Amino acid sequence: MKVAIGVNGTRVEAEVEDRLLLAYFVREVAGLTATNIGCDTTSCGACTVLLDGESVKSCTVLAAQADGREVTTCEGLAGADGQWHAVQRAFRAEHGLQCGFCTPGMVMAAVSLLAENPDPTEAQVRAGLEGNLCRCTGYHNIVRAVLAAARDGQQRDAGARYGQARGLPGEAP
Amino acid sequence: MIPAPFTYRRAGTVEEALDLAADAGDDGKYMAGGQSLLPLMKLRFAVPEVLIDIGRLTELSYVRDEGSHIAIGALTRHHDVEHSGLLAAELPLLAHAAGCVGDPQVRHRGTIGGSLAHGDAASDLPAVVLALDATLVVRGPSGSREIAAAEFFSGLFETALDPGELLTEIRIPKPAQRGWSFQKFTKRAIDWAIVGVAVQGGHVGLVNMGSVPMRAAGVERALAAGAGPADAAAHAADGTSPASDLGASAAYREHLARVLTGRALAEAASRN
Repeated sequence: MKVAIGVNGTRVEAEVEDRLLLAYFVREVAGLTATNIGCDTTSCGACTVLLDGESVKSCTVLAAQADGREVTTCEGLAGADGQWHAVQRAFRAEHGLQCGFCTPGMVMAAVSLLAENPDPTEAQVRAGLEGNLCRCTGYHNIVRAVLAAARDGQQRDAGARYGQARGLPGEAP
Repeated sequence: MIPAPFTYRRAGTVEEALDLAADAGDDGKYMAGGQSLLPLMKLRFAVPEVLIDIGRLTELSYVRDEGSHIAIGALTRHHDVEHSGLLAAELPLLAHAAGCVGDPQVRHRGTIGGSLAHGDAASDLPAVVLALDATLVVRGPSGSREIAAAEFFSGLFETALDPGELLTEIRIPKPAQRGWSFQKFTKRAIDWAIVGVAVQGGHVGLVNMGSVPMRAAGVERALAAGAGPADAAAHAADGTSPASDLGASAAYREHLARVLTGRALAEAASRN
């Protein structure tokens, strides 16, 4: 079938198999490979993207179901000025990753979590990331990063920036 | 993992969904959020030839106060059930249990109707609607009918839905007894319950204690006869037939059912 899916603000049209999964659409049709396919069974969360602004596991969504909708992947988080998203900066500053395989999905889940709850408790962050598995970090630095990004959001409202506060460059990825 | 080939059809209205199902006949299958069905299709346990996407039937996404009962559209997502202020006030058991389904990503896609129509005894919500004495409203080619939740779950992944019938609404009476609890025992946060227990007043639903979702009849009889929580909970495994699998042995599930029912009844009593 023919689908037209907004991917990071760009309309991607393609004739695809009815059974094509969104994860494969993003990687192989749109050519964006930040979204990793880990377990392929709705368990690990590595393939998490935003669908109309909400986190979903793209291995368990058909491209056909996303037809006419907006998908955001990790590549789409940076601002128009190239500035990293607060969650990306916080993952770097707090060392919220080791091997990096779960990271794009973890970041997207965190972005969705903070959109719904801008000021979460640590317990709410841990519960909010229950759909994403990390086999390296033990989660502590990931949770710290999400909490830091939440503080950053509040500081930004007050005119400050998390990265600047720590002397970190705000360069593009 | 890739599902077997199928033809995708998208319904824009309930009538269109019924027509598409009639055209597809035995080869058709409705899909709401797809969070249970797509994983089964990827494992080739489900191989529909025509997949009818009802995920955009926004007319079936609502939570309404109808006076004596709450009406919930079948396409209401777990996320929306979890965060409904009306449900938090009137049916906190359902709102809480919806927040225990899968993980946030699954709850952004999965729907209450999809979960019930899937008929999985290991899912959380079937046991919850049993404990809440829900009535399920379905529509088919010849009109609407109502099915009591107690009559809905008929076998392993089987329901009372006739071919082509569509679950449209879940009606839940406002509970006379307010005390509630939901206990879910898992190894990992995202797993299905090894055993789960839903309590509303004197009604007790069991998750994953047999091939169909069920009420804990022995516990309910004991409660009705005046037994306390601990004594009543001792009957939690009566009449059940849990499976032995990688998650747990049948004997361990029976033990868990008694322990979790005891906790659930105590918590429900504290909320009365």
